[in-house]
Amino acid sequence: MSISFLIIAVLIVGGTAAAMSLRNPIHCVLTLSITFAGIAALFLQLGAEFVGLTQIMVYVGAVAILAVFAIMMTQSRRGLMLGTFSRNALVGLLTAVAVFSVLGWAVLSQPAAGVTRAVSPVSVQQIGSSLMHEYVLPLELIGLLLTAALIGAIVIAMDRKEDAE
Amino acid sequence: MTGLQACLLLSSLLFAIGLAGALTRRNAILVLIGIELMLNAANINFIAFWHYGPSTTHITGIMFAIFSISVAAAEAAVGLAIIVAAYRHSHTIDLDSMNSLKG
Repeated sequence: MSISFLIIAVLIVGGTAAAMSLRNPIHCVLTLSITFAGIAALFLQLGAEFVGLTQIMVYVGAVAILAVFAIMMTQSRRGLMLGTFSRNALVGLLTAVAVFSVLGWAVLSQPAAGVTRAVSPVSVQQIGSSLMHEYVLPLELIGLLLTAALIGAIVIAMDRKEDAE
Repeated sequence: MTGLQACLLLSSLLFAIGLAGALTRRNAILVLIGIELMLNAANINFIAFWHYGPSTTHITGIMFAIFSISVAAAEAAVGLAIIVAAYRHSHTIDLDSMNSLKG
């Protein structure tokens, strides 16, 4: 565990905790992009450069912006949210604490595994050529899924004027 | 604590905070964001197991993370569209007041 890992961990956990507890949804999305950037930094530190840059482009560049747009489009006329947390928030919090206890116990009770060695950098050329050879079927399926999601999102969110009449 | 355990603990903490947000927030968009955080925790696990795994010449972990990011992006787009449609229907995204299906 290095100093940079600690800094990244503090960024990720602090950003997530702020995103899930702040009152104003816009502030939540802003702190969420800090979290996403921290996760990208973690990927870069672990030697997965392409995934880190993809993380920045997809999450900070697309998902956070989309969430801000959705928040602005659904801004209620009676001001911001009535309350931040649900009525049965305590049950949800206890569930999350229980899940974290089980996961943390499972991680820490295992004998220390994992080899530490110099990571050979994975080039983008290597990723691209295996996308075109070994993983070409998943790539096509992802293309199909993204097209279906694009059309589906437009159809779902479309304002049907003729239905309202 | 080894590096792998530190990464796994960080990702389980991220997963737990995302789960807490998804279960306790009233704003539907923030619930979706909590689910995105849980997916990101899974991505951290993929990359951590790839990094500390037996061989980094096999790039299966990286491929899995890339495909997982794509699926998460599609999920976010469709989820936010559903929230916009639900807002147009009931004029609120407060999950506590979306109770018209309640018996």
